[in-house]
Amino acid sequence: MALAPAPPTGRFARTAHGVRKERAEAVAHLVFAAMAAAMVLPLLLIVGYLFWLAWPSLGPEFILDIPRRGMTEGGIWPAFVGTLYLVGISLLVSTPIGVLAAVYLNEYARANWFNRVVNLAVINLAGVPSIVHALFGLGAFVYAARFGYSILSAALTLAIMTLPVIIASTREALASVPMPFREACWNVGATRWQTIWAVVLPNSVSGILTGVILQVSRAAGETAPIMFTGAVFYKAVVRGDLFPYSLNDQCMALSMHLYTLATQVPNVKESLPYATAVVLLGSVLLVNAAAIALRVFLRGRKRW
Amino acid sequence: MSAAFVKRIEVQGLRLAYDSKEVLHGISFDVYQNEILAVIGPAQSGKSSMLRCLNRTIDFTANARMTGTVRVDGEDVRRTRDVYALRRKIGMVAPLPVGLPLTIYDNVAFAPRSAGLVKKIDLDAIVERCLRQAALWDEVKDRLLNLGTALSGGQQQRLTIARALSHQPEILCLDEFSIAIDPVTTMRIEDVLKELRREITIVLVTNLTQQARRLSDRTMFLWDGEVVEIDKSDVIFSDAPKSRRTRDYVSGVFG
Repeated sequence: MALAPAPPTGRFARTAHGVRKERAEAVAHLVFAAMAAAMVLPLLLIVGYLFWLAWPSLGPEFILDIPRRGMTEGGIWPAFVGTLYLVGISLLVSTPIGVLAAVYLNEYARANWFNRVVNLAVINLAGVPSIVHALFGLGAFVYAARFGYSILSAALTLAIMTLPVIIASTREALASVPMPFREACWNVGATRWQTIWAVVLPNSVSGILTGVILQVSRAAGETAPIMFTGAVFYKAVVRGDLFPYSLNDQCMALSMHLYTLATQVPNVKESLPYATAVVLLGSVLLVNAAAIALRVFLRGRKRW
Repeated sequence: MSAAFVKRIEVQGLRLAYDSKEVLHGISFDVYQNEILAVIGPAQSGKSSMLRCLNRTIDFTANARMTGTVRVDGEDVRRTRDVYALRRKIGMVAPLPVGLPLTIYDNVAFAPRSAGLVKKIDLDAIVERCLRQAALWDEVKDRLLNLGTALSGGQQQRLTIARALSHQPEILCLDEFSIAIDPVTTMRIEDVLKELRREITIVLVTNLTQQARRLSDRTMFLWDGEVVEIDKSDVIFSDAPKSRRTRDYVSGVFG
């Protein structure tokens, strides 16, 4: 289309093309905004619906009390503590291994066959379904290592599951530290480790921690891996006891408890499974909020 | 120039390839004690790559392959037992100022600390001496614990120079140090370099032919990975350098 010379009006006259452009812009804006809103809506509905149905059971008593009357009444203490144990131990195992492995892969590794294999393994491990991790945990920890059905087996299975994701998120955090910083350190005769310790780690720690904390929610929510390896239907513990389990005990867990209440136990008080779900969701959101707060705090100290 | 032509750096047949693309096609030159050797040439002529071969930071580029020999004080850099000592002997200043995300003090104290120096009194002395040498001390002496990255571009470049001096190098390599800073700051740093020449040897890679002319004793013209000409700067910048390409380049006919 040939461009007609502009009429000498001395103004910015609207052209037909300009009008079409504005209309397309408005439509695009609307569509994108609608999609963003559509994403929030289900979340609000789910949370609202859960709270509505869970309301009669909610309260500190619900968390602190143990299940009563064949699990048809009472609270969730053994499951709540069980989940704390499982998540805590699994991250204690997977965080150091994952972070150190990521430092190696991002800062030391050269492009040779060994590192390519490690890379492939990490990527593929991240894509393995949790039920497969469960079977692996059953074979490796419960039977081969003779840990039996226990918190240890279940936590290690969760650790294997979260490890590749921690490695990936840590690598990303390390890679976000600009290369010239490293080169400046190498130029003055610093070793790789001195460079990592003085410059790379302090400036990637917020990203590393965020990645680790996000795995808390994943570990807390998974049911299959712990069901196969150490979580049980019911375990008698003392109400409010903070240390009811030892490492080779089996334990209850929130995700598993929710599944049990919803499908296995007859005549459960109606609000009970919903209240369990609210506690699970609430703890996860709380941890995520802590992660965001930490991130904001550490980013405030970021130095370039 | 010093009367005794002591060779500090000897480069012989240096070839460098990134994967299959060769960027240095076997260059040879020497750098003498207490001289300023300017290296001029257009972008992509291999100037920065050449510097990275001198202190072996080229090792950090996975696909780089270096052949030929580089000797620093007679020692083959690829056979040296202590590559960290080699890097401390050579100070490097990058084209863009890199203030490390540390305090001004720590920026300068980083290299001595990496080398094992821990006493505060020694570090204090080094920090002050290097910041003075880089003409930055007066501007920052009251805020040494502020972040180096918060300084202005010109100050950061002088901080970079202070850091390069902090490990007491005997040879200082500057890679287009003035591209990110204003002419006034550039002149101040050039004065610093003239001062430093009494003590150390300087390799000055620059895009500014006038800067090379102002500062250097000898000039090397690098073109597409080959040394076109290396001679006294008086000759290179005269009407009659040996190569016609050199004359055209320095007089601004091309490049």
